[in-house]
Amino acid sequence: MDISIKDYIRKRFFPHLWCPGCGHGTVLNNLLRAVAELGIPKNQIVMVSGIGCSSRISGYVDFHSLHTLHGRALAFATGVKMSQPHLNIIVPMGDGDALAIGGNHFIHACRRNIDLTAIVMNNRIYGMTGGQFSPLSGKGILATTAPFRNLDPAFDTVNLAISAGATFVARTTTYHFKEIKEYIKKAITHKGFSVVEILSQCPTSFGRKNKLASPVEMLKFFKDTTALLGSKRLEQGPDLIPRGIFVDKEVPEYTEEYQKLIKRVQKNT
Amino acid sequence: MKEQLKFIQGNEVCVEGALYSGLGFFAGYPITPSSEILEYLSRRLPEAGGSFVQMEDEIASICAIIGASLTGKKSMTATSGPGFSLMQEALGFAVMAEIPCVVADVQRFGPSTGLPTQGSQQDVYQARWGRHGDHSIIVLTASNHQDLFYITVEAFNFSETYRSPVILLLDEGVAHLREKVIIPKQGEIPVIERLRTSVPEGVDYHPYLPREDGRLPMSDFGGSHRYNVTGLFHDMWGFPSTDPKIVHGLLHHLVDKIESNVNQIARFKEYFLDDADFVIVSYGSSARTALHVVHSMRRKGEKWGLLELQTLWPFPCSLVREKCEEADFVFVVEINMGQVVHEVKRCVDYPEKVYLVNRVDGEFITPTDIKNITRVILGRGV
Amino acid sequence: MKAQHIINRHWCKGCGICVAFCPKNVLELDMEEKVVAVRPEDCIGCRVCEFRCPDLAIEVIVEREHERAA
Repeated sequence: MDISIKDYIRKRFFPHLWCPGCGHGTVLNNLLRAVAELGIPKNQIVMVSGIGCSSRISGYVDFHSLHTLHGRALAFATGVKMSQPHLNIIVPMGDGDALAIGGNHFIHACRRNIDLTAIVMNNRIYGMTGGQFSPLSGKGILATTAPFRNLDPAFDTVNLAISAGATFVARTTTYHFKEIKEYIKKAITHKGFSVVEILSQCPTSFGRKNKLASPVEMLKFFKDTTALLGSKRLEQGPDLIPRGIFVDKEVPEYTEEYQKLIKRVQKNT
Repeated sequence: MKEQLKFIQGNEVCVEGALYSGLGFFAGYPITPSSEILEYLSRRLPEAGGSFVQMEDEIASICAIIGASLTGKKSMTATSGPGFSLMQEALGFAVMAEIPCVVADVQRFGPSTGLPTQGSQQDVYQARWGRHGDHSIIVLTASNHQDLFYITVEAFNFSETYRSPVILLLDEGVAHLREKVIIPKQGEIPVIERLRTSVPEGVDYHPYLPREDGRLPMSDFGGSHRYNVTGLFHDMWGFPSTDPKIVHGLLHHLVDKIESNVNQIARFKEYFLDDADFVIVSYGSSARTALHVVHSMRRKGEKWGLLELQTLWPFPCSLVREKCEEADFVFVVEINMGQVVHEVKRCVDYPEKVYLVNRVDGEFITPTDIKNITRVILGRGV
Repeated sequence: MKAQHIINRHWCKGCGICVAFCPKNVLELDMEEKVVAVRPEDCIGCRVCEFRCPDLAIEVIVEREHERAA
């Protein structure tokens, strides 16, 4: 018997506001499957999001939901988690949201190793505002603010998260839906700060300008330009974007350490 | 907890008041002259079983306390001018989403980096209007440690009662001063706890539907009611709405819940106002200087009095009008280029009798400053 | 094996992802740009349409032979 993901959404707000073929819906689809398979009660989950297309995901899920400010989702989430460490906190963010305006909060959340599940829905564009380039767009792409092709190099979310100290780091795409579910399940279960980057398609703002006009073409592009870690394909194609779990390690988690600190100081007073 | 007599710094009094109110979460970032609040709480809060976190900046700090407040904890941050500027967007979020929290702004001399170690009262308007968009907010201040203790407790009480952020507008003069304070025993002064919904699990809960008395019972994140919190205009469940009726209603609610309670929120002290010909209106550390002047003028036989405001916003207009009615001259003493003076002029019947008495060189305003300026105004020369 | 495709036409935005990646060409978009299962008998029950659907608009109910027998 299948667990119906419909039990985890606020049906009255569907159809959702995302464009036809937007990858964010596929992320939502498989995130719900991950939560359902883990069997976490809905009251034990808080979803904290920022601003942008990605952030609207929190309105569709039947969890405690906090739709905050552009870039600040992780900061809000830190307060929630520090106060109620037993809750599962999922923080979906867009690429600009997480790594431009929210870049500082992102690296510091990684450094603290606080038990939050960060999901970077990376469509390489500011969709909600009409298609400006983001710090994950990369050189050479066309955007409404890069009419002569973008000069800005892109961040590598995975490398950034690893260097900043995240203890679970994975990447996949909306083509690879099984990996979305699998990595999100592992990220939620992981004790510590986890980052799952999901390359997601924005056919409307990114695709149309960059010769990937249809969502299907964009998914094929994800299939063709990525390869699993440890695969022969990746070995033979050094230009391919690696997918997979890059880091999964046990390091003392921030809120647990803080609870220990409280116990220690209370014993001494 | 028993009554305690302490000789401490103003920032520490603020910490004592917050702990007395049941502070459960603090997030902050170092900045002069407020850092002691952060330092004291890093020690005291875990001792009291609460959580302290030093965040990466002031923006993160206020966001974190809003998140913590949603789980049911009384939450606070502390900062000064530049950090307070950074917090404005999230303060607007707390206004819109109606999330109780307290922000202490220990004012230093600005603009910009200004004079980091020197005090001012220059953030009165920023505290009121720092956010974009129409709204109302509560701003409190105090001039001495005993009052600061009570006002800090009041800040938490108001934030719970009105489901609003409350700004504790301190200034460096009081924050870094050391003097006596009595911490009352627990229960001696009222502490208002979070009003939680009595709606049982499984029954539709409306986080943004005011009760008949205007209050909105909350439900803790992690509890049995799942709802949405957003900075967008929203309906009674917290879900985004652009319905003109809902938008109109919510904006009015946000303003009215505070403005229509201006008399309940007004905190002030008065000295010799009954027969005063010369009324000084002041607040915070400059009210200490003003009180000194009033005492010395009274010794000379001149009828001076002081109205010390502790609630700056919503501005207690009818109170100020009433207290200044009989005065020949009203002197507003503040350490800025004139902020509260404009409000006083707006409220009294004869604004031409209201004068600013200030000092803006980074130094603290002295009794001699007040005496000299008022002598000139009164045509007595220096 | 028998598969039933439950399609929520109100939620479907006709992006065509399910149509393009169905290994057996079971699905097509109709005149209104909504997905329909035109060859349900060819469905092998892999459910990739359901898992990739950005609109949560399609659900495949698969009844296996042995289940029918039981």
